[in-house]
Order: sequence, then structure tokens, then C-alpha cells
Amino acid sequence: MAGGAADCQFWETWLNTQCRLHELRNKERISVAAASKILANLTYSYKGAGLSMGTMICGYTKREGPAIFYVDSDGERLQGDLFCVGSGQTFAYGVLDKNYKWELTVEEALDLGKRSILAATHRDAYSGGSVNLYHVTEQGWVYHGNYDVGTELWDAKDREQSFNHIVTSIPS
Amino acid sequence: MDILIGITTKDSVLIATSKSVARGVSVIKTNDDKTRELTDHSLLAFSGESGDTTNFAEYIQANIRLYGTRNGFEMSNKAIASFTRNELASALRSRKPYQVNILIGGYDVKKKKATLNWIDYLAANVELPYAAHGYAQYYVLSLLDRHHDPNMTQEQGLELLKDCIKELRLRMPIDFKGVQVKVVDEAGVRKLPEDF
Repeated sequence: MAGGAADCQFWETWLNTQCRLHELRNKERISVAAASKILANLTYSYKGAGLSMGTMICGYTKREGPAIFYVDSDGERLQGDLFCVGSGQTFAYGVLDKNYKWELTVEEALDLGKRSILAATHRDAYSGGSVNLYHVTEQGWVYHGNYDVGTELWDAKDREQSFNHIVTSIPS
Repeated sequence: MDILIGITTKDSVLIATSKSVARGVSVIKTNDDKTRELTDHSLLAFSGESGDTTNFAEYIQANIRLYGTRNGFEMSNKAIASFTRNELASALRSRKPYQVNILIGGYDVKKKKATLNWIDYLAANVELPYAAHGYAQYYVLSLLDRHHDPNMTQEQGLELLKDCIKELRLRMPIDFKGVQVKVVDEAGVRKLPEDF
């Protein structure tokens, strides 16, 4: 979720409720397409009222396979296999597009995702704090930890010899 | 802005739509389909305000399909265009108008005639031999004025369409990530496999 914290927090917990109700009513987990459409129809109904949300609904179902839907407060809903959302999206896209390939292993994908967010937190004034990683499988989601970007940045700089605009010693 | 181009030929309509979706400063999709099939022989292409576009297109699609199942026969292409125009016109003076521009390509199996309707968000509806929406108009209309022939074959139509896209690739300041082409003819609606 990106954009208005209150809007995202409220409407995504609301979406969770709707998905749970679907599960109770139909004895079956909701599809990613349907879940995302519930949110898209909601944001569309509030179009012009000032909602500010940029979201990705990610899931894995037998019918759909792995799926990502981009849903925003314009009422837009798009399916794709790669999205970055929020004020730092351009910085994240920069790193992600260069290194992304379909054949990525889970570990590689988690690292790339984390590195892309790190890039965004570093350059975007409105992004920062820490990175959360999730891996969504057919069995459900697996949490892969919280990483403080304060330490992640120095780790990355050390490991990759990157972020060379940050000077840590006074040149003689 | 998105690109919509429609060209009628002797026995078909060609509809080309740009594949890119841009939000703010980012291109977020490069294989978008800006069309919906209304009947077996009618295709709606749309551009405009995000959110409004797909919502309006799917609303029109649902209503045209409902008409077909209720009555046991499909709405004519002229009626489809009038209905769509009327929906836009009603919305225009409402609190929240649909800001959607539309092309409707259709083929009448009985009359053996292809039609193309150009409809804008202000609810003007015109039947034309060839049409375009957005900035693409400024580049391709002159080309189509010069080279379009109502008796041309589908192959000739595709060649003309290729010339239009070539011009857009050369002169448009933004990259629209190519176009998707769909054909409406006697056989129905189909997407061309080749990338333009």
C-alpha cells in the first residue's frame, strides 16, 4: 500500500473482511482477480472524493497461478507481473527493471525486492524506515522479515561497492 | 495520451490501440488491451480518464450482452453506438461525467457491411470510414484522408495502418509501446498475432 496511510489502512482491512466473508459464504478462497475488483469498484465509487491509494493485490491460486493486480484511487485496476507503487516507484523500477527476469529464484527475488525498496528509500524523501518481505505461494504467504534501511544501506554499499556518492572518509 | 485508430475496409474494420499505460511519470503496463468485445461482431475501443475507461466500457459491454440474451438477437451496430452515445450524454450533465473517448467497430453479417463509429466524451457520435482519437489524430488523419479507399482489401487496410503507426513512432514525443490490432469482419473479432 502507498499513499494516504489512513485510506490504505482502513480500506485494506475492509477488503480483508470482504475476502473472509467470501470464504465463509462460498467455502472457497476468493480469487486474486475478484479480490482486487472488490477494491477497484470501491475506489471507483469514491472517485473524486479525495481518496489517495496505490495498491498491489498479490496472490497465488490454482486457477490463476501467481497474480498481481495494481489498484489505485482513480479506480484503475491492471494485471501484470511487475509493479512498483508510490512516490519512490521510479527509483525502485530503476533497480528492478535492470535485474528482473522471470526465472529468478525465491531468494534472488527477495534480495532484488529488498534492494529495490532500499534504492527508493535512499533517493525518495518520502520513503524510508524499513523493508518488509513477503513470499506469496499457493499455500499462503510467508514472512521473510523486517530490515532496517539504516543498516541495510551500509551493508549494500560494503557488499556491492555501490552508493559511491556517499563518502565515508575525507580524501587526502 | 492513448492512441485509438479505426479504419474500415471493403469487408472489415481494423482497430488499433496503444499498449502502454502511464500513471504520473511511470509507464506501468506495456501490453494493455484498451478494447472490449460487445457482441460477436462489434468491438469497443476506449481511452480517457483512468478508472472511468474500463468501468464505462464494461458497463456498456454488460448492457449490450444483456440485450442480446434477453431478446435472442444482438443489437445492431447503429443501435449500439446510439446507446453508448446516450449513456455518455446522460452522464455529461451529471455530477460526475464519464471522460471517455470511444471507437466502435462493427460488421453487419446480413448487410455485409463494416461500420465505424467515432464517439467523444462530449457525446458526439459520427459514423466514419476512418477515425482516430487523441493526439494521434493530428498525425494520421491527413494520411488517411490522402490514402484511404473504402473499397480497399483488409491487407491494404493493414498496410495503411502500418503507415499510420510508422508515422506515430516517428513523430509522437512519447513512446506508446506499440499498438494492438483487432479485426472485425464476417468471421467475428480477432486479435492479430503480429506486433505493430
